[in-house]
Amino acid sequence: MTPRRAPYWLSAPALLLYLAFLVVPIGAVTLISFQNFQFYGGIQPGFTLKNYVEVLGDGYYWEVFGRTFGIASVVTIACAVLGTFEAIVLNRMANPWKGLFLLVVLGPLLISVVVRTLGWALLFGSTGLLNKALGVLGVAPVQFMYSNTGVIVALTHVLVPFVVISVWASLQGVDPAVERAAVSLGASPASVLRKVLVPLAMPGILSGSVIVFALAASAFATPAIIGGRRLKVIATAAYDEFLNTLNWPLGASLAVLLLLVNVVLLQASNRMIERRYKAVFAEGAT
Amino acid sequence: MIRNGWLALAFHGVFIAFIAAPLLIVCAVAFTPLGYISLPTDGISLRWFAAVADNPRFIDAFWLSLALGAVSSAVATVLAVPAALAIARRRFRGREAISAFLLSPLLIPHIVLGVAFLRYFSQIGINGTFASLAIAHVIVILPFALRLVLSAATGLDSAVERAAVSLGASALTVFRRVTLPLILPGIVSGWLLAFITSFDELTVSVFVSNPSTTTLPVRMFLQIQDTIDPLVAAVSALLIVATVVAMLLLDRLVGLERLFVGKSRHG
Repeated sequence: MTPRRAPYWLSAPALLLYLAFLVVPIGAVTLISFQNFQFYGGIQPGFTLKNYVEVLGDGYYWEVFGRTFGIASVVTIACAVLGTFEAIVLNRMANPWKGLFLLVVLGPLLISVVVRTLGWALLFGSTGLLNKALGVLGVAPVQFMYSNTGVIVALTHVLVPFVVISVWASLQGVDPAVERAAVSLGASPASVLRKVLVPLAMPGILSGSVIVFALAASAFATPAIIGGRRLKVIATAAYDEFLNTLNWPLGASLAVLLLLVNVVLLQASNRMIERRYKAVFAEGAT
Repeated sequence: MIRNGWLALAFHGVFIAFIAAPLLIVCAVAFTPLGYISLPTDGISLRWFAAVADNPRFIDAFWLSLALGAVSSAVATVLAVPAALAIARRRFRGREAISAFLLSPLLIPHIVLGVAFLRYFSQIGINGTFASLAIAHVIVILPFALRLVLSAATGLDSAVERAAVSLGASALTVFRRVTLPLILPGIVSGWLLAFITSFDELTVSVFVSNPSTTTLPVRMFLQIQDTIDPLVAAVSALLIVATVVAMLLLDRLVGLERLFVGKSRHG
């Protein structure tokens, strides 16, 4: 093992595993998305765009796409707003509270999504506790279970820690003196927030939001449990095609489209955030 | 340091309640003495925990998930350590590309990985086996292990290793006695995060498992789709407690903040 080649040898086992069990399976599933499916013959050889025409031309699938990206957009906005404020509040706390609450906010990321979604199903449906609590506040009962609202609330809970993390990370680079300077120059708390903290945290807000959008658009467990059998999103529709209808080519085309949206979105937004903020930093240096 | 005003603290209180409420209600419902979902308002009971212990489907699924997590996180860590050392310590052609490629499963929706594995594993005739689940999980969790080992290896001062070499240590000795102990916290936390991720994984497993290889999250998901009863709440409560223990361990080991935020930004 020569020193020059060493890095390649060291990463070779992982690379070979990825080649055999990531690149090939993704390629294979992309391939069947271009093949025909017959109810009595299964997947047919050959090349066809039929599945994509069906998915992109059918009102039912437009509804599914619309619901998926609609839910993902609302969840992203909710997470961005709530997560940013919470990160700012946490950042201003003193230890041990800071450490404790950071644990409380980030910890749920390690708890199974199934468990967290079950919690919302209990609050929404079986116990009706949430509507009882809203009733005390004088709010009319809301249909959470099997509704977009319920999926949005539960997904916001599942994904908001990602915004807290990334805003928290970008606030660590901010000198507390900046905030004090703004206050000593007569800025109100609201304008410190609006004109100083939020702009400084913007790279974190944006990158956290991108992660949240990507994860919300491809979420499976929460829409499946809270949304029920009728409110389909892309992930649950693909699940149906693969495990119930058994039309794998059609399901594969849904999966490929979701992957495409995800990759394009993540790449484009990373570029945009990097370019935009590099420019800001460079200007600041001169 | 600017203090939080009352408005900020009120927001904080509501936010924490929002985060904690679904987890607390799961734990509360698990103690119900009644036969259906309800809050334990008149007395608590352990009957549903006893029911979990008597339910072979959940017990089997638990052991399967534990074995799967142990195997796949061990394999993922063993593969991630050399790759992380190469990426963090060497400058070579294709370094960025290899790093991005090895982290790429993080960018792929799990539903896409799930259907891809289902198609591929059925084609080569191993779908539903423990091996196929383990392979799928290694792909999903390797990036998590890699990121933490990378972050540990990047912070390493290479002068320590050079000193060992100049004192006559062989390459193997340097690795075993110097490098490995220094990056050990990163390896252990990467392994633990990989284990937890594997143990909790649902979306990929739901495609790859079959009735005889059902993981715990898949078992719970199928049960919840069917009916929501205090039994799943009791299983969930046990999982929450186990996760809290693992979380405190991780916090001691690396600090949760560093675990999630990650110090290094490779690719």
